[in-house]
Amino acid sequence: MDSEVKKRLLHEMLFARRFEERCYEAYVERKIGGFLHLYSGEEACAFGVLEAARVNHDYVMTSYRDHIHAIKCGVDPKVVMAELYAKVTGCCKGLGGSMHIFGAEHRFMGGYALVGGPFPLAAGIAKAIKMKGGDEISICFLGDAANNQGTFHESLNMAKVWDLPVLYVCENNLYGIGTRIDRSTAVVDQYKRVSGYNIPSEQVDGQDVEVVYAAAQKAIEHVRSGKGPYFLELMTYRYRGHSMSDSNAYRPKDEERMWSKRDPIIMLRDRLIDAGEMSLEDYKQMDGDILDKIEDEIIKFAEESPEPPLEMLEKYTLVENDPWVNGGSV
Amino acid sequence: MSEIMFWEAIRRAHDEEMSRDPMVICMGEDIGVAGGTYKATNGLFDKFGPERVIDTPISENGYTGLGIGASYLGVRPIIEIMSVNFAWLAMDQMFNTAAKVHYMSGGQLKAPVVIRSPGGTAHQLGAQHSARMEKVFMGIAGLRVVTPSNPRQAYGLLKSAIRCDDPVFINEHELMYNMKGEVDDKEFFMPLVGSEVARSGKDITLFGYNISVHWCLQAADILAKQHGIDAEVVDLYALSPLDREGIAASVSKTHRALIAEEAEPAVGVGSEIMAIINETCFYELDAPPVRVSAVNVPIPYNHTLEKAAIPTAQDVVKAVLKMFGK
Ligand SMILES: Cc1ncc(C[n+]2csc(CCOP(=O)(O)OP(=O)(O)O)c2C)c(N)n1
Ligand SMILES: [Mg+2]
Repeated sequence: MDSEVKKRLLHEMLFARRFEERCYEAYVERKIGGFLHLYSGEEACAFGVLEAARVNHDYVMTSYRDHIHAIKCGVDPKVVMAELYAKVTGCCKGLGGSMHIFGAEHRFMGGYALVGGPFPLAAGIAKAIKMKGGDEISICFLGDAANNQGTFHESLNMAKVWDLPVLYVCENNLYGIGTRIDRSTAVVDQYKRVSGYNIPSEQVDGQDVEVVYAAAQKAIEHVRSGKGPYFLELMTYRYRGHSMSDSNAYRPKDEERMWSKRDPIIMLRDRLIDAGEMSLEDYKQMDGDILDKIEDEIIKFAEESPEPPLEMLEKYTLVENDPWVNGGSV
Repeated sequence: MSEIMFWEAIRRAHDEEMSRDPMVICMGEDIGVAGGTYKATNGLFDKFGPERVIDTPISENGYTGLGIGASYLGVRPIIEIMSVNFAWLAMDQMFNTAAKVHYMSGGQLKAPVVIRSPGGTAHQLGAQHSARMEKVFMGIAGLRVVTPSNPRQAYGLLKSAIRCDDPVFINEHELMYNMKGEVDDKEFFMPLVGSEVARSGKDITLFGYNISVHWCLQAADILAKQHGIDAEVVDLYALSPLDREGIAASVSKTHRALIAEEAEPAVGVGSEIMAIINETCFYELDAPPVRVSAVNVPIPYNHTLEKAAIPTAQDVVKAVLKMFGK
């Protein structure tokens, strides 16, 4: 990976971190409501994989921890923030909220709140791609604990038996809310669970964006070349609680300390500094610029945008003006 | 009598029944070590251990089926599903097995499971976390459905549900776990059938269940103080079977009926009660019954729109005044 790309990724990941931390503040200020799940600590997963993918071309979906995947796919951070602020300028007009970010024009096919729900949806997108004959692939990011849903096994089986172009990315952060993986899951290494479906899989360090990128390149090459599904497991850690109502009380402090030493942003930054590609001053400047942009553009936009009008309450319940509702007569 | 919170009442019922009968177990996501999303099983893991207080994987249909299977052999599982939105995933086992096995085995097998789950709209949880599903559960033969509106009922209904040999679904509410109320310190049991007159009145009956009982009580207060209308409030804590006699008795006394429900109107608690009124006491009516329901939409994230989608005590008052031509 050349140093310009690394610098850009550092910028993007730092932006993602600051964006999420600003969401935290906005939630405390009660500007954001509902459930809020932050991605801090896991950035290298989305950025490593999607850097290797063709965003705006490949289709992507994930769980409720979805802001950053949407942004990397090209959804404007302003409209993501406006959605969190429940404004009509938000990507879903204020109807969706944090767990349901959608950006169909960027082929970001959504955040879903039901654990395990996206597995078959992503396989379905892959089925449609195959029928249409394009070279897109379908990429589905989900957590480790989601793999205990039946949909995981059902989807892997269908994906393989029909050789669908789908890449499953498991962001293994070792917990499903407060339950540690070894208390809920018989096989802790998730990539091993896939072998029963004859799907190639790999487990790599999810904190090192270059490692993720390299593994994703291999995985994507496999899927795009028509060889069928692939499963990539990324070992990672979330810094914040599961959602804003969770304090992480169940996590050992030394475990948290250990993972904080493997921060994906700091690791990449130090690598760039050690290689003489940037200085600590450059980094601080970058950080300051990001903070300014978030405040002056993104938060300002969200704050100043209007709420959706009351008429919107019923608008999208069903598709409007579909002639076939009346049997096609006009 | 002690004043305790809704979650404490549920916890107490678990604790007493698990202490009494070693075959009573509880299971669900994050209920053990973490103590439960709403604390309803707090401390039970330490007291009863991991064999009886089971942190399940996120496999709703799987662990519900497992609980049903265990119940065939005399285990009495209390299954917590963190939210009714996730109970959709367990409906196969609930409906295809628990509700039917006693019948289709010609009475050979029983499935004495309790499934507890909170529904309702809370605060901006969005379309996939705001389902109100009581109408779905109550439409299935072979399943009992109850829905407590206060800590006393939460305790008494759960106690009976654990001992009852039928599968019982207990519909709780996300917003009610911290509600306080008086609960007798002495052990007691509530019937899983019937209804309660929460407020006696003579001019109109307001039917509510779970959270809507509280809208009705509030509305009755306003109607009495500001409009001279004396409303009766009937708490339908049992949704399946519904209390036909209780419904008819109250309507025969007041001659008017309103049903307040948090769900969308179609195929709902309100439509069912209207049908029962039609069948049991139509000629007692002085006016057509009305229902106050949610707007027929998935629940929006935006706070203002969310509030517009869900009824309030004010909506009940307005509907009553309209009925009285005021
Ligand atoms: C069907 C369903 N069951 C339960 C939940 C509640 N829940 C939300 S997130 C979560 C944990 C998921 O863990 P994991 O898949 O590892 O993803 P992570 O949050 O760690 O990214 C649970 C139990 C849900 N949203 N949907
Ligand atoms: Mg996880």
